[in-house]
Amino acid sequence: MELLIKNGFVYDPLNGVNGEKIDIAIKDGKIVDKVNERKARKIDASGMVVMPGGVDIHSHIAGSKVNAGRLLRPEDHFKDFEPKTPVTRSGVGYSIPSTFTTGYRYARMGYTTVMDPAMPPLEAKHTHEEFNDTPIIDKASYPLLGDWWFVLEYLREGKIEECARHVAWMLNATKGYAIKLVNPGGLEAWGFGHNVHGLDDQVPYFCITPREIIRGLSKVNRLLNLPHTIHVHTNNLGKPGNYVTALETMKCVEDLALENKPVIHITHCQFSAFKGDDWRTFESGAEEIANYVNAHSHVTMDMGQVIFTDTTTMTADGPFQYNLYELSGNKWVNHDVETETSSGIVPFHYKRKSYVHAVQWSIALELALLIKDPWKIFMTTDHPNGGPFIAYPKIIAWLMSKKAREKTLKKINPKARARSLLPSIDRELGFYDMAIMTRAGQAKALGLKSKGHLGVGADADIAIYNFNPETTDPSKKYKTLRKAFKRAAYTIKDGKIAVKDGEVVKHVEGATMWLDVQTSEPVEITEEMKRRFKEYWTVEYENYPVTEHYLEVSRPILVKADV
Amino acid sequence: MITLYPKKEFKFPIIADCINPEVFQNKKPEEIARLSVWEGNKQKKLAELFNIEETRTENPSGKEVITIKGDVGKVRRIGANMKEGEIVVYGNVGMHLGEEMKGGKITVHGNAGGWAGSMMKGGTIEIHGNAGDYLGAPYRGCSEGMHGGKIVVYGNVGNEAGAHMRKGIIKIYGNAGQFAGFRMRDGTIYVEKDSEGRAGACMTNGKIIVGGFLESVLPTFTIDSVKGKVKVEEDETAQGPFYLFLGDLTENGNGKLYVSKTKNPHLSHYERLL
Repeated sequence: MELLIKNGFVYDPLNGVNGEKIDIAIKDGKIVDKVNERKARKIDASGMVVMPGGVDIHSHIAGSKVNAGRLLRPEDHFKDFEPKTPVTRSGVGYSIPSTFTTGYRYARMGYTTVMDPAMPPLEAKHTHEEFNDTPIIDKASYPLLGDWWFVLEYLREGKIEECARHVAWMLNATKGYAIKLVNPGGLEAWGFGHNVHGLDDQVPYFCITPREIIRGLSKVNRLLNLPHTIHVHTNNLGKPGNYVTALETMKCVEDLALENKPVIHITHCQFSAFKGDDWRTFESGAEEIANYVNAHSHVTMDMGQVIFTDTTTMTADGPFQYNLYELSGNKWVNHDVETETSSGIVPFHYKRKSYVHAVQWSIALELALLIKDPWKIFMTTDHPNGGPFIAYPKIIAWLMSKKAREKTLKKINPKARARSLLPSIDRELGFYDMAIMTRAGQAKALGLKSKGHLGVGADADIAIYNFNPETTDPSKKYKTLRKAFKRAAYTIKDGKIAVKDGEVVKHVEGATMWLDVQTSEPVEITEEMKRRFKEYWTVEYENYPVTEHYLEVSRPILVKADV
Repeated sequence: MITLYPKKEFKFPIIADCINPEVFQNKKPEEIARLSVWEGNKQKKLAELFNIEETRTENPSGKEVITIKGDVGKVRRIGANMKEGEIVVYGNVGMHLGEEMKGGKITVHGNAGGWAGSMMKGGTIEIHGNAGDYLGAPYRGCSEGMHGGKIVVYGNVGNEAGAHMRKGIIKIYGNAGQFAGFRMRDGTIYVEKDSEGRAGACMTNGKIIVGGFLESVLPTFTIDSVKGKVKVEEDETAQGPFYLFLGDLTENGNGKLYVSKTKNPHLSHYERLL
C-alpha cells in the first residue's frame, strides 16, 4: 500500500529536519523517496506536527514481574478498564495494564517501539509470550546479566573473552537486546540477605566488586559490538546521598569510551540523583549530575519522571524494594530468581504534599532541563515505577512550558517548592528537542537504525499530532499540547494506519527484535555448564533457551562480534 | 422527582452509574431516557430497561430525588459518586450501591448486595433489609476503605463489614458475619446482635462494639477493662457492661473492641487477667 503524508510540520532530528513542510511517502512499510501521487492514499497533515513514531528505551511492560504486579493489585484494574470495540480487545489496568491495552495505549500516544528493560533470563519465555500479545508496538527486552553467576565468575577470573562468548549465547538464548545491570552485585548479595553499598564493596562469596562487574560487562559490550551500551540501574538506588554513587558509576567507565561514543546508559536517573544524609535532609543532586553529563559524552540517561499518582513500583532491585516496603508499609512481593537475579514489587502513591515525593518530581525535570544536549537524556517515567506511561503528555507539557511547571509547582509541598531549582530554570524545549528526547535520541542510543527517523529506508513508523506550531504557542497553550500528545491524530505502524483521532482503527502486529550475535567460533556449552544447570536450576539446560518459533513476529538483528 | 420502574426481571448484571441525582438534576425525562447503561456486554439506553415517570412534588431543597420501585438486585453502582440529593429504592438493590459517595442519602427498603457504601466519603446509606459482604469495604486489594459518612443496616450483614475503614460510622442492628472491621484504622462499627467472629482482625485503631454473642476474641487482643456503657455516636449509647479489648497486637494496634459481658459469659475467664 502506498501512502502520502502531505503538508505537515516535520520534526526529524536525525536528518536535521526542523519543522519544515515536507511530504512523506510510504511504500510497503518503508519510507521512500516518492510514490505515485495519484494512486497513493493521502493524509492531509496541514497544521499538524509530524514526527517519527515514539521510542521508549525503558518501560516495564511484559514478563513475570509485570504479571505478578497485576496479581498483587486487583484494585489497579477495577477503576481503569476499556471495553472492547470492533477492532480492539477489552483490557484493564491503570499502572500495570494488560498486554493488549499496553499496546493500544502506547499507539494512541504515537509510540511504536518500546523496550522492556528487565528480563530475568529464566523468565524469558514468559516475557516473549506477553510480547506476542502486545499489538502495534515493536518491542525488545534486556536480559539481567549483572548478577548472573557465570558472568560473575568469568569476570572474577578476568576471562573477558569467554564472558563475551557466554553473553552472546545468553542474548541468543533469551532473545534479548542489551546487557542490563541492576544494582550490580547487590542482587546476588541480597540472595544472602545483604546488599552492596558502593562500587568497591565485595559481593559475598564471589570476590568481585560492582566496579569490576560494570567495567567487565562494558568491555564485553564492546567486544560483541552490541548496538546499545550497557543499561545500568545504579547501586544505592533510591537512597539519600546516592548521586555520588551515580557519578562514580559514570566515572568508572570513562576510560573505556572510544571516539566520544556513549558506553553507558544510566537509567531512571532521577532515582539516583538524591542528595542529603537522610529523608529529612533529602535534596536534589540534579545539578551535580547535569554538570558531569554536560562535560562528558560517554553517558546517556533517561529521566524516570515521577507523576503524582497511585502506581506500582517493580524492579529487579530486591533490597531496594524491601526498603520501600519497610518505608511505606504497603503490600510487597519479593522473589529470588535462582542464580540470576532478584525482584520486588510494592504499590506506591506519590503525593504532591509529601516533601520527598515533590522533590523527586522536581529532580527529573531539573535533570532534563539542565542537561544541555537533548541527545543525552530521554523522557521516561520508568513505567510503572515513577508513574504509568500514559502520563507522557504531562511530562511533555512540563518540559515545553514553564507555565505548566509553575502551575504544578504551586500545588506541591512548600518546602520542596522553596528548594526546587525549577523556578530558576527558564528553558522551554521545542518540538525539535522533544522529538529527540522521545524518539530520535532514544533510537540512536539503542542503535536502532531504521527507527526514530523519517529518512528513506526507515520503517514507516510515524506519529502525527494535531497541534499547529505556527499558530499556537506550546508554552502558553500547554493544555492543548497535552491533549494533542495524548491522542495522536494518526499513528502509522509499518505503513499501516493503526490509530486515527486517538482511537485504534486497525490491529497491527508488532515485531519482537532481538540480537543474533555471531561470534567467530560458536559458543561451546561445556559439560560443566550442563552439570551446573542440573544442580542449580529448576529448568534443564535443554529447555532453557527460547527458540525462535516462540516469537510470533521475529525480527533478528545481526551483530558481528569481535570474539 | 423521577420514579424508575424496571421493565422486566433482569437476567444479566447491569452497570448503571447514571442513576445518580446529580446526573438527573435539571434533565428532562427524554434526556434521562437516553442515558447509557451496560446490560451484560451490551450498551443500552436507560429507557430500554426502565419506565421513567416524572412527578412534580414540593421539594424545598431543590435537590433531585430518585425513586426506584421494583427489584433492581442485578443493577450495580446505583448512586456511585453521588454528592447530593436522594435515592429511595423499594426493592432489592445490587452490588456497589453508593460507591465512593460524598454526600446525599440513599434509602433501601429491601436487601443490598455486596460492597454497599464501598469507599464512601460522606452522606448516609440506610438499608432496611440485609446487606451483603464487604459493607463499606473497598474493592479487593485496595486499602482505601470508608473515609466518612454513615451506614445504617437494620438487618444482617455479610463478612468483612467496614474493612480498611478510616472514618465514619457503620451501625448494624442485626448480626454481622466474620471479620467485621478487618484492618480498620479508625471510625466506629456497632453490631447490635451477634458477630460470627474474628472481629477486628489486624485493626490498628477505631472502635468495634459487639452487643451480642461473639464466640471468641482473637488471641492477639488483650483485655483492658470492663465498661458500663459505650458511646456509639453523639446521641446514641450502648448499655453494657462491656469487656474492652485492645488490639490487634500483631499490627501494634490500639483499636478498641467492646464485647457485651452479659451475652458472653464464656469470656469471663478474661476477668482474672484484670
